[in-house]
Amino acid sequence: MAFDSLSDRLQQALRKVTGRGTLTETDIETMMREVRLSLLEADVNYKVVKDFTNEVKAKALGERVLKSITPGQQVVKIVFEELKRVMGDEAEGLRFKPQGTTIFMLVGLNGTGKTTHAGKLALYCRRKYNKNPLLVAADVYRPAAIDQLVTIGKQLSIPTFEMGTNYTPEEIVKKAIDYAKENKHDLVIIDTAGRFHVNEELMAELRRLKEIAQPDEILLTVDAMTGQDAVNVSQSFHEQLNVTGVILTKLDGDTRGGAALSIRRVTGVPIKFMGLGEKLDQLEVFHPERMASRILGMGDVLTLLEKAQDAINEEEAELMAKKFKNATFDYNDFLKQIKQIRRLGSIKGLLSLIPGLGSQLKNIEIDENQFNHIVAIINSMTEEERHNPDIINASRKQRIARGSGRDISEVNRLTKQFEEMRQMRRKMMNMSPKEMERMMNNLNRPGGQPSTPVSYSKGKGKNKGRRAPWF
Amino acid sequence: MGLFNSIKSIFSKNKNQLTNEEQLIVEKAEKYKKGMEKTRSSMMGKLKALFESYDRVNDDLFNELEEIFIMADIGVNTVLELMDEIKSDVRIRNVANMKEFQSIIIDKIFSIYVKDEIVDTNLNLNENGLTVILFVGVNGVGKTTSIGKIAYKLQNEGKKVMLAAGDTFRAGAIDQLKIWADRVGCPCVTKAPGSDPASVMYEAIQLAKAQNIDVLLCDTAGRLQTKVNLMKELEKVHRVISREVPGAPHETLLVIDATTGQNGMNQARAFTEATNVTGIVLTKLDGTAKGGIVLAIRNELGIPIKFVTMGEKITDLEYFDIEQYIYGLFSDMFV
Ligand SMILES: Nc1nc2c(ncn2[C@@H]2O[C@H](COP(=O)(O)OP(=O)(O)OP(=O)(O)O)[C@@H](O)[C@H]2O)c(=O)[nH]1
Ligand SMILES: [Mg+2]
Repeated sequence: MAFDSLSDRLQQALRKVTGRGTLTETDIETMMREVRLSLLEADVNYKVVKDFTNEVKAKALGERVLKSITPGQQVVKIVFEELKRVMGDEAEGLRFKPQGTTIFMLVGLNGTGKTTHAGKLALYCRRKYNKNPLLVAADVYRPAAIDQLVTIGKQLSIPTFEMGTNYTPEEIVKKAIDYAKENKHDLVIIDTAGRFHVNEELMAELRRLKEIAQPDEILLTVDAMTGQDAVNVSQSFHEQLNVTGVILTKLDGDTRGGAALSIRRVTGVPIKFMGLGEKLDQLEVFHPERMASRILGMGDVLTLLEKAQDAINEEEAELMAKKFKNATFDYNDFLKQIKQIRRLGSIKGLLSLIPGLGSQLKNIEIDENQFNHIVAIINSMTEEERHNPDIINASRKQRIARGSGRDISEVNRLTKQFEEMRQMRRKMMNMSPKEMERMMNNLNRPGGQPSTPVSYSKGKGKNKGRRAPWF
Repeated sequence: MGLFNSIKSIFSKNKNQLTNEEQLIVEKAEKYKKGMEKTRSSMMGKLKALFESYDRVNDDLFNELEEIFIMADIGVNTVLELMDEIKSDVRIRNVANMKEFQSIIIDKIFSIYVKDEIVDTNLNLNENGLTVILFVGVNGVGKTTSIGKIAYKLQNEGKKVMLAAGDTFRAGAIDQLKIWADRVGCPCVTKAPGSDPASVMYEAIQLAKAQNIDVLLCDTAGRLQTKVNLMKELEKVHRVISREVPGAPHETLLVIDATTGQNGMNQARAFTEATNVTGIVLTKLDGTAKGGIVLAIRNELGIPIKFVTMGEKITDLEYFDIEQYIYGLFSDMFV
């Protein structure tokens, strides 16, 4: 079975190499192989993968990874940052003429989503920029292509210019632009027929259309499921037409979408939009970081990793680890951890990140207050008690319960769980990877739940993904 | 003697020495060769350069070959398997010269596809009654166009065909199929946009039975395999068809675009789960993409390819033939 995400892959690979302190260069090499395979499985172009991993490797050989207590995550982070950077850190907007009629032209292979996205863009520009768009049906080849655009126009109450199939696309486009100017349309969106980049005749037609329309944007629609050929296609369209932007379509499925990286890397053309469904409002501005986590097979969890790393910085994590080892972990540290975790969002949100659990959670009530109760109880402890958990006896517990307004049984549960957690973590710190694995397996069995509730998290919005990668 | 040598021997014969059977093979091969011209030229360029720059088989050569396979979208798992087989063969047979190496490559691709089975590329047609063929796939792969072409082919083979416009969702889809039906000159059953696709199938089946149709080709709306509700809808379509005609659908064909990458595997898995896919139609092979994912699908899921399309004309469709496909990819190596 293939590993789903780069994080899983690295975890797997690291299991073989960790447990003996610092990493060697060979270990990094092993990890790079996983990075490479993961990117290939995501359909990133082979050549792009090669260059990309070389760059990542150079970065990974830096001190941070070798010395890090979480080398796998460091590598994921480096790869993630690189991906994000290559795909363009900032989203690029559409180019409009300051005055007069702006013209967009959609081009691409057959079936990639040109017609649908002509409609989506028209709607988007009307909503966002208050434009008065005109759709132009210049696909005279595919059966019923004009009907399709006209239907879409009707659904949006946006007019469609068409002359049937008896005129050439050149004639249609010329007339359409005149028509737009006369009728005060400040935006013209031309839907062209799908074609292969290697079809010389039809590519020449596009060049003529470009000459006639002088478009402000030539947008190439690319199906996000495209494999290795994405490079040939985008390069060829770009060479022949000077494409100004890419729309990556059908991202509502489960494709990893490595084509995004290849295209950007090879052509330098910015990816401007993502198509996220068949409905006409399912269009979003391109998010490099979401694309990066997707390519790595982590859903949007990496956005979460980012958040987690903001919340829990590595130094702090290292300090905690030391505290566990020396058994100096106390209630103050626990409180600090809870606060860090709370910064990441609600418990229900955290749990919903677990694949397959999301939908089942809908009907489950989760007491979000439980954390608050724990915090209240700890706050009712004296500084001495917090620092020295062993001194908390029955009468102290009575007092803490009264002070926090919680039931004595809750206080008992917390102190018991805290003690268990302390012991478990202490054990874990001294375990070999094998023992660790065995223990984790035990915990995953019903009835063997770990008493600390949290290892998942989520940011705002609609992130979804898999296991929190820093665990 | 191996595929490589057998094809080669046919092509090295004088044209008028060929048996009828060989004649057919040559004709079909020419079609593949022409249709896959663009596909091949990008692949062959690389292979040629590869073979020219090496005079013996070594690790670098293997690495570059692996690269070529990956670039054909065959996918990491299957490529690694393929490479292992090629390497072990090279070792066992102690291969040194390039010609021999080339023939091993081709034979290995062939055996990854064929396995040890007899691959039946013929359509499973119901000889005494109505045959129903259901077409499924993600958006934009060319289902409707393929149906038009297959209808044309079957009709030329003497079958009475009918189309069912089950894509009631996408704007213009019904009209698109109707235009194809006109071109073929066959009936097409439609309902209003937005109708339940299962009810379209139901009506089409009743009409097909009444009119003694041989083959009913059923279009469906493109859908991404992750959309639970839409996959349920497809299951229902499948259920209605099998309820109305025992043993139907006789084929459920998954249409896959040759430019598709590794997601093709997810598609094959999910559509098979919902509708028990029996074969694949590989479209758009006339571009530069190789469609290698179908080899991975065959290798990992056992689903055979039934048709390939290599152009926009109504005649640009062929029954799939692994030897011809390989020939289409590598024909320059046979000379
Ligand atoms: N799920 C999903 N489907 C999409 C998206 N964009 C387009 N589609 C679907 O993909 C199919 C093809 O879309 P079209 O807009 O017709 O593509 P096109 O490029 O105009 O196709 P041709 O004109 O035939 O070359 C249709 O079924 C659309 O509904 C998307 O972002 N997500
Ligand atoms: Mg179109």
